[in-house]
Amino acid sequence: MAKKLMKGCEAIAESAIQAGCRFFFGYPITPQNDIPEYMSARLPKVEGGCFLQAESEVAAINMVYGAAAAGARVMTSSSSPGVSLKQEGISYIAGAELPCVVCNMMRGGPGLGSIQPSQGDYFQATKGGGHGDYHLIVLAPSSVQEAVDLMHNAFDLADIYRTPVMLLADGIIGQMMEPVEFHEHEKRELPEKPWAVTGYDPKGDRKRAIVNSLYIEVDELQEMNDRLQARYKQIQEKEVMVEKYRTCGAEVIVCAYGTVARICKSAIALCEEKGVKVGLVRPITIWPFPEKELQEVMAQDSVKRELTVEISAGQMHEDVRLAINGTKPTDFYGKPGSYTPTAEEIAEYILKTREA
Amino acid sequence: MNTVFKKTPVLTDTIMHYCPGCGHGIVHRLVAEVIEELGIQDRTIGFVPVGCAVFGYKYFNIDCVEAAHGRAPAAATGCKRVNPNNIVFTYQGDGDLASIGAAEIVHAAHRGEKITTIFINNAIYGMTGGQMAPTTLVGQKTTTSPYGRDPEHCGKPIRIAEMIATIEGAAYVERVSVDSTPNIRKAKAAIKKAFQCQIDRKGFALVEVLSSCPTNWGKSPSEAMDWIKSDMIPYYPLGVKKDITNE
Repeated sequence: MAKKLMKGCEAIAESAIQAGCRFFFGYPITPQNDIPEYMSARLPKVEGGCFLQAESEVAAINMVYGAAAAGARVMTSSSSPGVSLKQEGISYIAGAELPCVVCNMMRGGPGLGSIQPSQGDYFQATKGGGHGDYHLIVLAPSSVQEAVDLMHNAFDLADIYRTPVMLLADGIIGQMMEPVEFHEHEKRELPEKPWAVTGYDPKGDRKRAIVNSLYIEVDELQEMNDRLQARYKQIQEKEVMVEKYRTCGAEVIVCAYGTVARICKSAIALCEEKGVKVGLVRPITIWPFPEKELQEVMAQDSVKRELTVEISAGQMHEDVRLAINGTKPTDFYGKPGSYTPTAEEIAEYILKTREA
Repeated sequence: MNTVFKKTPVLTDTIMHYCPGCGHGIVHRLVAEVIEELGIQDRTIGFVPVGCAVFGYKYFNIDCVEAAHGRAPAAATGCKRVNPNNIVFTYQGDGDLASIGAAEIVHAAHRGEKITTIFINNAIYGMTGGQMAPTTLVGQKTTTSPYGRDPEHCGKPIRIAEMIATIEGAAYVERVSVDSTPNIRKAKAAIKKAFQCQIDRKGFALVEVLSSCPTNWGKSPSEAMDWIKSDMIPYYPLGVKKDITNE
């Protein structure tokens, strides 16, 4: 299939439909409006498709809850303040063990923040976000093409592990246009959904379906939490995705995700011109975090230090520090809010701190 | 032997946790009997609330979803849109529907969502221990209005049935009561009509049921039923508020 020039948000929406998403519930917020707009035009033309604009983000995520409970491939999207509103529902979806996909086109915060790109929702996305002990699988694309490809993973992973999956992108991914190619994806084996509420026939084989996150007895709640934790362990073992770029023999390892990782690649080229070998570890799943992969890269004799770059006050840097665990020096470059660093700034910082 | 009464198979055999004299047990039975009589057990999905009816999924012998506080109409919307042939209802109390879920119920009605809502108005928060609800009567003492509800401080009780009836998308809205046998019979007829409204794809239907909470009202079961009649019905008049199901 020929490449097509598409805006990130629209490409994500199209890819979701191609991945089998037939239901979308959302509420307008910048910079992700192109997703619901695209869905509102396309889904009614797709067999069995339905787009509905909810009265709020709170309602939208609960519509997702109801549609997922009925067994559908369903998605919502929003941006930071809107995703905060969805957290209650996401916690219920995690507790009720339902599959769905949530897209967050991050903007600056806290509060109403800005409409420019940011990476300030890393904590919220990777540490749970709502109440209770749960995780989302969080996918962080660094190009429009990667976002398109990851949508297929997102829906499959949600179904396989019965968990909400988040596509976490900074606003740049959503708003920029890039050439993309939609191609067939390898189909993973997907489980049946005998737990879905579709109507109970007392004379039938299927037992009554109850979608619920309430376990009033301590032992029952423990059982549910143990089940979730066992699943998270499995995800950590099997589903880590990471890109290692020029890490072999590097002196400095940069750790970054999303658009910032691409800027870091330009910074790495600038450092190379000065004769300094810098490599990049780019988590594609930021939960599960590629802990082992980062440790392996850092264990090389050539590696002297690590630098994390983010549009935040250093949120992912906490996971990087946990992974490196004091074995080598680590540092952070970046600002909270919406300030996107340039390749020159990053390169300059790497060279300066190297000399120091 | 001649069977004169049989429990509906749409209720499970699980012993209900409701207090003596609580109206929930009556309304559960009415809803279940209606589902049986309409022959829709195998395609009905129940969305139960946060509140006293939170364990509704244990009692209704159908597929059920436990929704977040106030969000049942939104969750039911998602389900109904996926499988339009399912009969989807929400069962919600006054804290759930009239307070925290006010937006969700208004917009489900506004969209003309083809779902049915059974709204239990007992003028108080039951599950959490008797706090003031938006439906608490003026002067009524609760654990968060210990001197009686003061309208200067927190307004007058909200009339949900009348409010929903003003919304275009609502096809059928009625207020009923379970304080007496004749009223219970009328309540069942209204619930049946509300489900029929959905089967016929006419639009959104809501039945507000005035119900008792002896435990949190500090009354005996019979005093509680009397109080519905003496104090609730005068403020919350019974009857059909809107019916366009024949149009």
